[in-house]
Amino acid sequence: MKSVVKNRKANDWYVSLMESFEAKLNGKDNSFLKDLRKSAIDKLAATDFPTLKTEEWKYTNLNRVLKNEFIHAASVEKVDLVKEDVDKFKAEDFEYHLLVFINGIFSEELSEVGELPKNVFAGSLNDEIQSDNKIVKNYLGKQIENKTAFDHLNDAYMLDGAFVSIPDGTVLEKPIQVLNISGHKNELTFNTPRNLIVAGKNAQASIFFKYVGIEGNKYFTNSVTEIFVDESAMVNVYKIELEDVESYHIERTEIYQKANSIFNHYNFTFGGSLVRNDINSIMDDENIECHLNGLYIGRDSQHFDNHTFIDHAKPNCYSNELYKGILDDKAHGVFSGKILVDKDAQKTNAYQSNKTILLSEEASIDTKPQLEIYADDVKCSHGATVGHLDETALFYILSRGIPEEKAKSMLITAFAEDVVSKVKISELKDKLNHLIFEHLNRVEV
Amino acid sequence: MISIKNLKANIEGKEILKGLNLQVNAGEVHAIMGPNGSGKSTLANVLSGNENYEVTDGEVTFNGKNLLELSPEDRAREGLFLAFQYPVEIPGISNATFLQTAINEIRKYNGKDELTPKEFLDMMREKAKIVGMDDSLISRAVNAGFSGGEKKRNEIFQLLMLQPKLAILDETDSGLDIDALKIVSQGVNEYKSDDNAVILVTHYQRLLDYIVPDYIHVLYNGRIIKSGGKDLALELEEKGYDWIKEGEFDSVGTQG
Repeated sequence: MKSVVKNRKANDWYVSLMESFEAKLNGKDNSFLKDLRKSAIDKLAATDFPTLKTEEWKYTNLNRVLKNEFIHAASVEKVDLVKEDVDKFKAEDFEYHLLVFINGIFSEELSEVGELPKNVFAGSLNDEIQSDNKIVKNYLGKQIENKTAFDHLNDAYMLDGAFVSIPDGTVLEKPIQVLNISGHKNELTFNTPRNLIVAGKNAQASIFFKYVGIEGNKYFTNSVTEIFVDESAMVNVYKIELEDVESYHIERTEIYQKANSIFNHYNFTFGGSLVRNDINSIMDDENIECHLNGLYIGRDSQHFDNHTFIDHAKPNCYSNELYKGILDDKAHGVFSGKILVDKDAQKTNAYQSNKTILLSEEASIDTKPQLEIYADDVKCSHGATVGHLDETALFYILSRGIPEEKAKSMLITAFAEDVVSKVKISELKDKLNHLIFEHLNRVEV
Repeated sequence: MISIKNLKANIEGKEILKGLNLQVNAGEVHAIMGPNGSGKSTLANVLSGNENYEVTDGEVTFNGKNLLELSPEDRAREGLFLAFQYPVEIPGISNATFLQTAINEIRKYNGKDELTPKEFLDMMREKAKIVGMDDSLISRAVNAGFSGGEKKRNEIFQLLMLQPKLAILDETDSGLDIDALKIVSQGVNEYKSDDNAVILVTHYQRLLDYIVPDYIHVLYNGRIIKSGGKDLALELEEKGYDWIKEGEFDSVGTQG
């Protein structure tokens, strides 16, 4: 089944698939999407995928993704899953509203949305596009600039994804879990989830994205998530990326915050052969807080690339980034964190830290913190460290009779602790600790 | 208990221990004193198996076994304990998890059954009381956010929990105020019995007011140059180390 694109540009391949994709849509389309699609496919035709010569992609060789002739999952035989499949994947230990997507398409039968507060919507973006939802029309795709071929690809093949809207003053007690199950038994597929979260003034909500894969062929998830946080709102977004280890995951997350709002992002990366996250936060108002937390756990030849960009456009805002990684075998990590403080953005507080532990001689990380500051009254700092498990700490634990494997696991827990401890769902903390050791094939303490 | 003969050790190629002899028997408390840089901490680290130190010569027999051939974890399982001068913080690992793992590994090695969770918790509560630590300690992470004094106290708490045959205390008194010093000493005195032994590595005499040694050894330039009873500490307090240094070639002490 493996086929390789030769002498053809990857964007041409994806453009060539559009006709058969549209033929299969059967009404999952309307004029709004059609217009978007048409303009996006033209742009995709004119935009090459990034290469190692593209500054923002210079540490990530996309060849292993782009050489495959993926077909959109909506163009091939539908994947049918039953409730037991979903039970295997969903996060068990806490209460939530469950939205299930298979290859980016909402599954009403498998979802368990439950009771939501009045005027809260959590469900299929496609449904709301079909019914001309005004919020969707006002917000979808409005904020994204500097699009890459991946963004055009998502625009062109956009079909569905999670749409969550919380009206002014509403507090959502339970988190919403968005479970994305991807892959196909017989075909090499790509899927294009498009998520939109709109939190109104003084609204509060937590959304928990989980990306998993079914056994079968490798696949490619190309996702775009847009998040709007209105005045004095608070939004927490969790992302647990557990894609099949042969597969590819590229997501752009765009956050737009208004005055006095708080946004927390928790980005946990375990799965996938190649993963790229672009997380862009625009703080275009005063007294905004934005916290970006990340933990990447890599083994074998996994490649994880996290790019964050925080734009301090207005005064008196606070941003704090903490990205940590544990890389074993030949895993390769990339962290690029850019903080831009515009000249009007006085009294900005912006902090960034990236720390990586390498568990083998062949694991590696490229880390690139970038501060661009045009205001003079600001507090900013950034730092990056790369190292191995601390020998003194290891000796301390060994000297208590604890075997080396367990001692190392304790130090791994200790290293991950400050990211894991920021998670506000306590059941999720235990689960994350478990996932770290499961993924690294190490004894859990 | 432990017999050290002609021990020589390097760190980063520099010889620190230059032929050290020491015999410690069950039921004894030995204090190793000496000026900074004399090799006190090196001795403590070498005995517990810190790989940053290279043993170049000598023998150490611990309960009939060749200690130098054992890994640090096996030394602990054989009953050797080092209270660190600078205890390490382990965020995310609770004291309970840490000690339960350690105790059960040691028990397993010695052919004993693991403690039940209840036995373990009862023991933890009982021992915590001795060093004045409250129950919240059980769920707190190992040394994370502890003050210097709390860390030292936690070392003694671990000593009480692990019940080793030989306890080596590396500058446990440094940085402690008088109240903390009393609590730490009380813990060590509680531990002490006819079946175990203590080596106190210290710079100052004041710890010895609370934990009374049977023997005092002066370590200077990698060798024990004088040994005596507890009165030797008072003499050192009064006169400093210089008077011994002058006569360093007169006596190379072994005691026991």
